[in-house]
Amino acid sequence: MLTILFDGIAYGMLLFILAVGLAVTMGLMNFINLAHGAFAMVGGYTTVLLMQKAGVPFLACLPIAFLVSALLGAVLERTLYRPLYRKPHLDQVLFSIGLTFMAVAAVDYFVGSTQQIVQLPEWLKGRTEIGSGAWTLGMGHYRLFIIGVCAALTLALQYILASTRFGSRLRASVDDQRVAAGLGINVNIVFLSTFAFGSGLAGLGGALGAEVLGLDPTFPLKFMIYFLIVVAVGGTSSITGPLLAALLLGVADVAGKYYIPKMGAFIVYSLMIVILIWRPQGLYVRQGGKS
Amino acid sequence: MIDAARSLKQASRWKPWEPVLWLLAFAAPVLLPTHAALINEIAIVGLFAVSLDLVLGYSGIVSLGHAAFFGLGAYTAALFAKHVMPDPLVGLAVAIVASLVLGLVASLTIQRGSDLTRLMVTLGVALILLELANKLDWLTGGADGLQGVVMGPVLGTFEFDLSGRTAAYYSLAVLLLFFIFARRFVHSPFGATLKAIRDNRLRAMAIGIPVTSRLTVVYTIAAGLAGAAGALLAQTTGFASLDVFEFHRSADVMLILVVGGTGWLYGGVAGAIVFKLMQDALSSITPQYWTFWLGLFLVVLVLVGRERLFKPWTWFGKGRS
Repeated sequence: MLTILFDGIAYGMLLFILAVGLAVTMGLMNFINLAHGAFAMVGGYTTVLLMQKAGVPFLACLPIAFLVSALLGAVLERTLYRPLYRKPHLDQVLFSIGLTFMAVAAVDYFVGSTQQIVQLPEWLKGRTEIGSGAWTLGMGHYRLFIIGVCAALTLALQYILASTRFGSRLRASVDDQRVAAGLGINVNIVFLSTFAFGSGLAGLGGALGAEVLGLDPTFPLKFMIYFLIVVAVGGTSSITGPLLAALLLGVADVAGKYYIPKMGAFIVYSLMIVILIWRPQGLYVRQGGKS
Repeated sequence: MIDAARSLKQASRWKPWEPVLWLLAFAAPVLLPTHAALINEIAIVGLFAVSLDLVLGYSGIVSLGHAAFFGLGAYTAALFAKHVMPDPLVGLAVAIVASLVLGLVASLTIQRGSDLTRLMVTLGVALILLELANKLDWLTGGADGLQGVVMGPVLGTFEFDLSGRTAAYYSLAVLLLFFIFARRFVHSPFGATLKAIRDNRLRAMAIGIPVTSRLTVVYTIAAGLAGAAGALLAQTTGFASLDVFEFHRSADVMLILVVGGTGWLYGGVAGAIVFKLMQDALSSITPQYWTFWLGLFLVVLVLVGRERLFKPWTWFGKGRS
């Protein structure tokens, strides 16, 4: 049972890293970006291709995946996304679905539709078991690694948001764009860097998750719903909300699939619908800011 | 006063080109006998898009889960034909009733929240039904789809044939029937209140429009129409698979509607024609990668703006992406 909880937490942490960029950009720009999964896929494929074709070690691939996705995010933000911030949500949804379709077909064309496999280094392959009987805690080393990396990232994010100058600029822009711009904050730059950073995090998440979640060209479509659940349930006001939502989703999904495999996905979707009917704005509602 | 009444009624009058259009539609299976199957598909998708238009175009509810009702209609019609009675019209009625009930229940979920919440909730409903259809394999055949559906003749006389002409006429007739219904519906005072809710919900509430019940009714009716479209698909192809619930169905129908224009019933039909022809042409060129061009089309459509494209088919003639 503890093993399931552990796996669920690892899964949830991974989802959080994948989705946090989406949460921030959605809260910041009120932009419904369904193409977020595509950035994660880019990160995942960067890692896989670098390892297979160029023999780059796994750990070195992670920052590269981050950079590639971030760069791609920055370029796309500047060229394609920016004109759409003021468009209605319907347009944004269509646009980002279109991007996702393109990404899926393009990856299919260039890399092929087979599932990609990540060769983990030896020291991440093992498994440690603690305790005995019903309370056995089996920890895969790779999942432990994921939890470690994600926890460190979460703390770093929290620090950046809460204590740095950039964080306060970002929060000001989220709360009220116009006033923030009036105070001399270059909102465009804040948007651009946040979008790039969020995309980079998604790419890193995709690279980390390639082994756990599986990586094939339909990745953005398959996991889009999970990212959106995290954001919709967690709310976009802070990073605590999405973190909680991601952990809840991870544990519920893993436990559901383990205990009642027939009903696996129902639990997640039903839970989401119930929570959203109960609190349509997510678990944590932003206070004071302009919606 | 009389002038005002006349100008108000002008919008709901039948324009002279409308009967011509429908006559052309009904002549199409005879004129293009080899494309009867495509015409059938266009009619089905057109009905589906008209149904979404009631929700999205006239009431302003963004839905990414309209396939839920489409799929429920398809499975209901297929199961009914297989286990109870092969008559298509009765099956259609049963499918519509089932979708209406689901729509009524699901309408509880779309009352509150922002666009994002609605997107998620509608998507969630469709996904739950997809999972249900997948897991209840003793009933639905699971991932293999529901096979062995044999339909009886329409009205006891017209057999479904291989060329698809009966199917095309059947779907066109149902489309026309529901189109006229939807036309009456949106031009009624009830339809006007829907548009008021779409444009400004708060003001609509302030002038005494019961927003919640109006949204419930329109969502339920739209669900029924989508169910009818699904039933038509299952009946004319004799097959229902998980595909009817898939996310891409909801996304496609939204695209169709946006291409044709929202808040305009012919938009759904026009979009269906453009979309199906495009899909047919593109997938014959690149069967595996046609979604890329679809995606590119979407991106360009949004970036350039539908209004600037004016009429998609004129732009479309000049140069395809």
